[in-house]
Amino acid sequence: MALEQICGLNLHQHIDGFPDKSLQSMNISLLNDDPLQDSKFTLPPVAEPAEYLSQLAKRDGGPKIRFLHGTTTLGFKFEHGVIIAVDSRATAGPYIASQTVKKVIEINPYLLGTMAGGAADCSFWERVLAEQCRIYELRNKERISVAAASKLLANILYNYKGMGLSVGTMIAGWDKRGPGLYYVDSDGTRCTDRLFSVGSGSPYAYGVLDTGYKYDMTVEEAYDLGQRAIYHATHRDAYSGGVVNLYHMQETGWVKVSQTDVKDLHYRYQEEKGQA
Amino acid sequence: MSDRYDRAITVFSPDGHLFQVEYAQEAVKKGSTAVGVRGQDIVVLGVEKKSVAKLQEERTVRKICLLDDHVCMAFAGLTADARILINRARVECQSHKLTVEDPVTVEYITRHMAQLKQRYTQSNGRRPFGLSTLVMGFDYDGTPRLYQTDPAGTYHSWKANAIGRSAKSVREFLEEHYSEEVSASEHETVKLAVKALLEVVQSGAKNIEMAVMKRGEPLKMFELEEIEKFVAEIEKEKEEEAEKKKQKKAGKET
Repeated sequence: MALEQICGLNLHQHIDGFPDKSLQSMNISLLNDDPLQDSKFTLPPVAEPAEYLSQLAKRDGGPKIRFLHGTTTLGFKFEHGVIIAVDSRATAGPYIASQTVKKVIEINPYLLGTMAGGAADCSFWERVLAEQCRIYELRNKERISVAAASKLLANILYNYKGMGLSVGTMIAGWDKRGPGLYYVDSDGTRCTDRLFSVGSGSPYAYGVLDTGYKYDMTVEEAYDLGQRAIYHATHRDAYSGGVVNLYHMQETGWVKVSQTDVKDLHYRYQEEKGQA
Repeated sequence: MSDRYDRAITVFSPDGHLFQVEYAQEAVKKGSTAVGVRGQDIVVLGVEKKSVAKLQEERTVRKICLLDDHVCMAFAGLTADARILINRARVECQSHKLTVEDPVTVEYITRHMAQLKQRYTQSNGRRPFGLSTLVMGFDYDGTPRLYQTDPAGTYHSWKANAIGRSAKSVREFLEEHYSEEVSASEHETVKLAVKALLEVVQSGAKNIEMAVMKRGEPLKMFELEEIEKFVAEIEKEKEEEAEKKKQKKAGKET
């Protein structure tokens, strides 16, 4: 890099006369014409980045970087759009670090992403996705489709496969093809379905969702189902809790429906049971 | 004076010309003519086929190429450069399908080719592509499109256009004869393209190659007989026109 040359530093020595791969990979492409073919990305300047990074995440032998997967997020497609419901608890081992985490990332007015896994990884890469989506929109004079947006993220994450990223996200939106919901994770998985739940509380949420899901639900029924599923997950999973943030993806974009404390939901459902 | 400024592509001349790009455009003007007409439900490409030598296999020289199921192009200029450009465009069509899960729009692939051409006008040690292209097809929402690119890397959308040898006179012909009526009828659109080419190609149907694309249908190359049918129809019309004029003249004189 230029500063290095001026200072006369030589941080990267050539090994066996081979060209310095790590310096090349640190070059940020200034003529970034085509993000869809962007092959340069930042890596630590070592010989084997994957090994180096995975060592940081190993548990044995003292404090290492530990990724926090405690969460419950869910999303489902139905006749009137897509519902996204998430909890808001962040834990560091047995300690509850926060009860007010925003686990839904508003990529743009018609795309939402959820956060499960490493909070920093999710929010950073989804912000990168927001940048790419905006550039696509400017270049092609039309909104990016949910399929394309999720594919962009999946391809980025696949490039870092094995290097310790922890992302389990759902990309939801409404485009020309109608409502869209994709599950993307840091293993490189990308799939679409009507119903997803991600996180440590997902088994509990799936139980409630699978019982109550119907494609032709009313909007009110869908809101209730989403809230109920998150509540039940927070009730049984120690790593989920806080408040339920509920979003509805409509044709005109997303709306934030409600933010309800699970404590209130608990007493409300108890009353219902009492009355029944 | 232009001598000093035409070697290196990356150097402007004092009066603001990029001579290499202009020379590339001259190379295009030497190439055989290509005509494109955009109708409402059909898009037509026609090219002048240079006569082949006796021992040469006719069908190996193809100037109309398919870029994807719904986009095709014709070019005028250096055939070898065209091969490279077409190759890159074909790869980009598939790459786009892979990352975006949608077929390219005609505008997108034209823009991609134009960007590629522009990059070659700003790199050291490379010369520009010596060809102009006519890209046509249908977007997935059904809109027909016709675009033209040139060696400088610019691209524009056209209702009808011609490139290559005598492009100017063919374009003037098209301007005179193109109308909304013509574009509404598939038959008339094809006939206009044939008529325009016949202005330049004196020898008739055997030196014309035509291809049409209709919405939702794959590219269709015309057989010689079909082109000959159009030519015959055009000849008849011309004769009828001439007859009418003669009669009018005779009527006036008497």
